[in-house]
Amino acid sequence: MLAADYRGPYRVRAQEKPMPTIEHPRDAIVKVTRSCICGSDLHLYHGMVPDTRVGMTFGHEFCGIVEEVGSAVENLKKGDHVLVPFNIACGQCHFCKQGLFGNCHESNPQATAVGGIFGYSHTAGGYHGGQAEYARVPYADFGPQVIPDWMDPDDAVLLTDVVPTGYQAAEMGGIQKGDTVVVFGAGPVGIMAARCAWLFGAGRVIVIDHIDYRLEFARTYAPAEVYNFRELDDVVLFMKKTTDGLGADVCIEAVGGDAVGNAMQTLFGNKLKLEAGNAIPLHWAINSVKKGGIVSIVGVYGPTGNMIPIGNVVNKGLTLRGNQAAVKRHLPKLIDHVKNGHIDPKALITHRVPLEDISDAYHIFSAKLDNCIKPVLIPNAA
Amino acid sequence: MTNALVDTSKIPGWGVDADPENDPTYPYRDRSQDDHSGKWERPPLQQSDVEILRSIEHKRQPAVFGTSTPPSGLSGVIRRGAFKYSESHWFHWLMLMGADRINVVEGLVEDLARGKVPNVPAEMGIKSEWEHNKAGLAKKVAVTAAVAGAGYALFRWAKSGGDEEESRERRPRVSAKRETAGSGAEKRESVKIPEPPATTL
Repeated sequence: MLAADYRGPYRVRAQEKPMPTIEHPRDAIVKVTRSCICGSDLHLYHGMVPDTRVGMTFGHEFCGIVEEVGSAVENLKKGDHVLVPFNIACGQCHFCKQGLFGNCHESNPQATAVGGIFGYSHTAGGYHGGQAEYARVPYADFGPQVIPDWMDPDDAVLLTDVVPTGYQAAEMGGIQKGDTVVVFGAGPVGIMAARCAWLFGAGRVIVIDHIDYRLEFARTYAPAEVYNFRELDDVVLFMKKTTDGLGADVCIEAVGGDAVGNAMQTLFGNKLKLEAGNAIPLHWAINSVKKGGIVSIVGVYGPTGNMIPIGNVVNKGLTLRGNQAAVKRHLPKLIDHVKNGHIDPKALITHRVPLEDISDAYHIFSAKLDNCIKPVLIPNAA
Repeated sequence: MTNALVDTSKIPGWGVDADPENDPTYPYRDRSQDDHSGKWERPPLQQSDVEILRSIEHKRQPAVFGTSTPPSGLSGVIRRGAFKYSESHWFHWLMLMGADRINVVEGLVEDLARGKVPNVPAEMGIKSEWEHNKAGLAKKVAVTAAVAGAGYALFRWAKSGGDEEESRERRPRVSAKRETAGSGAEKRESVKIPEPPATTL
């Protein structure tokens, strides 16, 4: 089968690989019909995630048709079209029982901090991902969701990560009616977080980034006030001025370690990799939120450490909340939101690329060429 | 979950201020499902011959795991070493990052060993760069050429500078030989006169 193959930082290609097989009674094999490239795939692509091995197939946002099921899978059958949450979760461990499906304790030998994630390095379990014609799906009797007949597969594939992550970013913000919410990052997740902030009753939504075409997209899609931080002398000062000197009620960090905007953080985080990524958006979020406010973090950082003003977290009495989205928990509500027209996920898709052209798809997304918001890979077999 | 060292029933006021609503994890953590036992019914255990490295923070091997790209080569040796440290230890992650970089070289060797010369520009998406960012591509090519040219010139300069140093040491010896060995043509031909240093830097 054709699959993505990571060869090193900024290098990925499509090549023939062996078909996946059932390795556990709760496995399924899925014939991939759509597979997105996620902003967090770029952290892998840029060589920022430890234990990313050459030869791995990335891809944690995919949907497809069930081809084969293991002996313990009774809720799926061959031919079902399913969306596959990016979390690999058993559904029965100490953490899954509490709804923490991003923190499953039975799916990732290499680390305890995070559960298994498809195609996301050995730090997230060492699973091949869905940027391929076929994928092995562990715990298939728990994770995958049959796509409703009425749902467009383009909407479905975005329910595997982008929409739930954006939604949970807003949820973790504890947004109350009338709150001012600032979202750092106008990538797909940031845009979706801004959109979802309205569902929780936000009174004002502001999006900060430095890429004009993305800000324009956020302005019309969310809709939100948008500002290019390169045009602001001081982001935090601007936030204070635009909120009567108090700061925002809620700040959402939706960028992660690939951020730009501060020379020192760029040097230590992006170039020398002495930090677990460039943490300037988190720095801004902590300093822009009002005293007693909430900072919600969904941007992906590495597992080491970052330079952030933790003293201000204490002095301002802030609440920091973060997690990988528990996709399975959100799906019933989000499917309803799509059905009722509250969210239009597929509008984020700007590029459809054949799987064999994956090198170019990654480069377009990474270099932000051709006004790219969200690329979707389409395997030939689909 | 852990063995209690203190009998809470003997602590005056134990739990009198407990407030279920004082829960910053709402709504993403359902604490009603936490019985504090730390026990659960485990899924069936995956069987595999593939080498799986395990965090030493895990009490036991998780039931299910990925079997892609097992550790191998020098990078594999380093990865195995990294897993002697906990996830809290910087060495763990720095060693893994180092192994990742070595693994890239191993990947190139692996390609060549299979008779495949990797098309690195294509793998980096040069086609899309040409299609959507010709100016950027031209700039990258120019910068790359400039860096390569500077590197080459530096190499030449270092090489010629070294020869100059060598010549300073040799010249007196040449003079001494001429003084002691006379002016025979064979002797003079055996002395290599160094090239003058490059002046184009």
